[in-house]
Amino acid sequence: MSKNEMIQITYREAVREAIREALRRDERVFLLGEDVGRYGGCFAVSKGLLEEFGPERIIDTPLSESGFTGAGIGAALGGMRPIVEIMTVNFSLLAADQIINNAATFLHMSGGCFNVPLVIRMSTGGGKQLAAQHSHSLEGWYAHIPGIKVLTPATLEDARGMLWSALEDPDPVLIFEHQSLLNMEGQLPANAGAVDIDRAQIRRPGSDLSVITYGASLFKALEAAEILAGEGIEVEVIDLRTLRPLDDATFLTSIASTHRALIVDEGWRSGGISAEICARIMEGAFYELDAPVERICGAEVPMPYAKHLEEAAMPQVEAIVTTAKRMVRSNG
Amino acid sequence: MAEFCMPSLGADMKEGILVKWKVEPGDQVKRGDIISEVETQKGIIEIEVFTDGTIEQILVHPGEKVPVGTVLATIRVPGEEAKAPREERPPEPTFKYKFCMISAQHKEGPAKRPPEPTPVTTAGKRLKISPSARKLAAELAVNLSTVQGTGQGNAITRADIERAAEAQNAAAPLAPVKPEAGMRQAIATAMARSNREIPHYYLATHIDMSNTMRWLASENKKRSIKERILPVVPLIKATALALGKVPELNGFWIDDRLQLQEAVHVGFAISLRQGGLVAPAIHHADLKSLPELMEALHDLITRTRGGRLRSSELTDATITVTCLGDLGVETVYGVIYPPQVALVGFGKIMEQPWAENGMLGIRPVLTTSLAADHRATDGHRGAQFLEALNQYLQKPEEL
Amino acid sequence: MNAKSPSSLSGAQVDREHAHHLLHQMLRIRRFEEKSAELYTLMKIRGFLHLCIGEEAVAVGVCEALEPEDGVVATYREHGNALARGISAGAIMAEMYGKQEGCSRGRGGSMHIFDDKTRFYGGNAIVGCGLPLAVGLALADKMQGRKRVTCCFFGDGAVAEGEFHESMNLAALWHLPVFFVCENNLYAMGTALERAQSVTDLVRKAASYNIASSAVDGMDVLTVEAAAKEAVNIVRREQEPYFLECRTYRFRAHSMFDPELYRSKAEVEKWKKRGPIVTLVKRLKKQGLLSDVELEQLEQQVAREIEEAVAFAENGTWEPVEDLTRFVYSERG
Repeated sequence: MSKNEMIQITYREAVREAIREALRRDERVFLLGEDVGRYGGCFAVSKGLLEEFGPERIIDTPLSESGFTGAGIGAALGGMRPIVEIMTVNFSLLAADQIINNAATFLHMSGGCFNVPLVIRMSTGGGKQLAAQHSHSLEGWYAHIPGIKVLTPATLEDARGMLWSALEDPDPVLIFEHQSLLNMEGQLPANAGAVDIDRAQIRRPGSDLSVITYGASLFKALEAAEILAGEGIEVEVIDLRTLRPLDDATFLTSIASTHRALIVDEGWRSGGISAEICARIMEGAFYELDAPVERICGAEVPMPYAKHLEEAAMPQVEAIVTTAKRMVRSNG
Repeated sequence: MAEFCMPSLGADMKEGILVKWKVEPGDQVKRGDIISEVETQKGIIEIEVFTDGTIEQILVHPGEKVPVGTVLATIRVPGEEAKAPREERPPEPTFKYKFCMISAQHKEGPAKRPPEPTPVTTAGKRLKISPSARKLAAELAVNLSTVQGTGQGNAITRADIERAAEAQNAAAPLAPVKPEAGMRQAIATAMARSNREIPHYYLATHIDMSNTMRWLASENKKRSIKERILPVVPLIKATALALGKVPELNGFWIDDRLQLQEAVHVGFAISLRQGGLVAPAIHHADLKSLPELMEALHDLITRTRGGRLRSSELTDATITVTCLGDLGVETVYGVIYPPQVALVGFGKIMEQPWAENGMLGIRPVLTTSLAADHRATDGHRGAQFLEALNQYLQKPEEL
Repeated sequence: MNAKSPSSLSGAQVDREHAHHLLHQMLRIRRFEEKSAELYTLMKIRGFLHLCIGEEAVAVGVCEALEPEDGVVATYREHGNALARGISAGAIMAEMYGKQEGCSRGRGGSMHIFDDKTRFYGGNAIVGCGLPLAVGLALADKMQGRKRVTCCFFGDGAVAEGEFHESMNLAALWHLPVFFVCENNLYAMGTALERAQSVTDLVRKAASYNIASSAVDGMDVLTVEAAAKEAVNIVRREQEPYFLECRTYRFRAHSMFDPELYRSKAEVEKWKKRGPIVTLVKRLKKQGLLSDVELEQLEQQVAREIEEAVAFAENGTWEPVEDLTRFVYSERG
């Protein structure tokens, strides 16, 4: 396989390849979750893995989110490297006790006796008309909690590379895979591997405005940036990649040269990660700002089913373009 | 003598009402006995004693409400003589732990007063101005009362300040009677601050420019007049590269510490026709080739004189270079532009007698000086910088 | 299913030395808890303090059945379990003082006793949250081919939690070596079992998941020990879970600040007569296995240990505040 060989791959396949690689590289790794085996995964991410690795390592669980997430924590304490799959972030609330009260606290509560090397993957986000119990973006809410790490891979490279780094981490890591990205297709080096999980990335450089985003909103921001470039506005697009720990240095540095910041977050505005980012900007870049920080967030409603309402409830390219123009141009 | 106190049964229990005594003076008690009942906000709780002995004196009577830690009764422990009854109800509870806790809570020192905000107002009204624009206005000494905001809600933005600064500069020649205005005022402020705050030290050395001049002459032969490289260009490049060897000279002194800058943006002092000077930055001077530097310098001078500098060029410089050789100056004793920590001065390149290997010859010689902030560096490092600069100028082909 | 009614071994003969050991262990717990109560009223110990006085036989009997390599998951009323498991009284006391010499560096307190050497996984203060952990620990053992047992203590209150049922099901479904020990003291805080459960026979609940289960008199340490040994053998040998209900009673309030409005004094007194320590002492004396002098010696030995534990805690040091944010993430390198 040549070093530069590129392969055509979907986000779903990239995640699957990452899981497959992990299962091959480390015999302590196993996948645990609802319908990950025979069914092939609710979103078909783990399709084919049962046949390849057998039922001892691809474990179907009953509908017991708290039970099997807690079992994942216990297995991690017992020397394994479990990957727990929870179908959607909404369902993870049934396991919130285990994630927040156990996984996040164990190391600290035990004064350093016990760490929990666990990875929990779950889908997140809207755009598929799955309504108010399957579409929310609670990753920012999890980012509130010390003791866990929160990853939001947007690109194929990150979908492929973050899992291994997460498994190597000694502490619990939550990975949020956006539902609308699963079918995204593109090119990836055939030998793509682990990537860092603690730095934000500038996905497009620009001098007039910093757009700070993550997950599926990244691609909306990039599309908006392309449109804005046609109108002479150069937008710097920052993909946070990891919401906890938050790499604020990258966006603060960017703002120091653009002097304007727009946050695009599919999560709700009130008390969300966008509010946290905004606060960090106030603390770290107040004197760099030439305009108020603005946010485009999910509308504050439970996600509606109807297509047009769902679209209206989520950040869209047009809103990014309009807001960016208003922020950059005078007399707005 | 042991004391039986109102116990603390929870962090939220501050006091209790003694409801009942199950013992009286003279009664024998042993560890674990329930000897009283206390009413709390949660209800009546039986209170045990943790000492063996004889009840000596009851100090708090049923119905009385007392704080946690108050002595309720005294207990004579085995082997102890009966004592004269103590005064009922001590004025202060003697429960030492309680005071430990309270004092721990109030241990913090006096709160620091936040610094007074510096209001930006005009005619008593608070100005709507972006924080970044406010910072820039201070740097450029722009009088905010004259600036018309064009941002959101007519807020003053960086662009407005830049425009105002240009207007001030342009207006300066028309108003020569007000030298303290605008630019002059900005220089006055910066230089006064420099002299006040920065403990300067100065080093100077003579550099043999033969190699550089020879190389430039041959290079320039290949070029059109427009493309020719001026001697100042290798000086800037050599300065930028020498900073790679002594990076402590490339940075800012802010908040009482040296903040090293990774990028080398050389500020080049340019005097203005209407008086005053600016030292706009040549960005990443260490990474530019000599022709690129020449082009950048040319562009910078043109735009400076035309009043079209970008704001970043006015604020980004990490060190300043000043050349006064054209005017015949031999040695420059520079004043550092804060918050930078160094200024490199170049004098006139003059033919001078130069002794080398016991032979006397005539060489083009440049007096190079360094003014540096003693808070950030010491003379030793400054000397190493000048030596590095010298070395680079001996090999101009590598610049 | 071998769901039995509470069994008792009160007639059986017992080895003298071992009997003294069991008594010693129970006395250690009893005196430790009493001292803790006193120190609480003096504000040396803060937060919530849940004492297990009355329940010593369960902690001691069950821990006797475990091997050093086995794991233990316990509740917030875990001082007794921790002492019986072998964590030093000083480390536990220092933990409750909040000192950095405590077994959890003072970051856990009374409710979060942890120890890696004895594989003691807390000190879990969300009712029911330890059960899935035990399932996972056993899963890891099974996957790695180790014949270890994970012993999971929980109270009758946990039986009402979803995590209890999820964990019972997972352990049975996946054939995991978990020893579930229900310390049924009849009250979840102040809510009596019959006011919380439609079916109060807890053994039936476990049995409904196809888990071998039984109930024992949790006030008799010999009975508990025998039942626990049998259960642990089954778990280790069969690699299947086992559910043991120990019917016990706490003599003191739920926590320090509890006027016990939910039960009568007569009920408490009735149970105290059956207390695990008095029961054992009476029996050993009757069988000529314990003299007053020996009992006094045991008491003195325990008193010295407690005294030393308190001194250890008193002499302990406070972790520097600069270290506040340590142990949120692992320190690498």
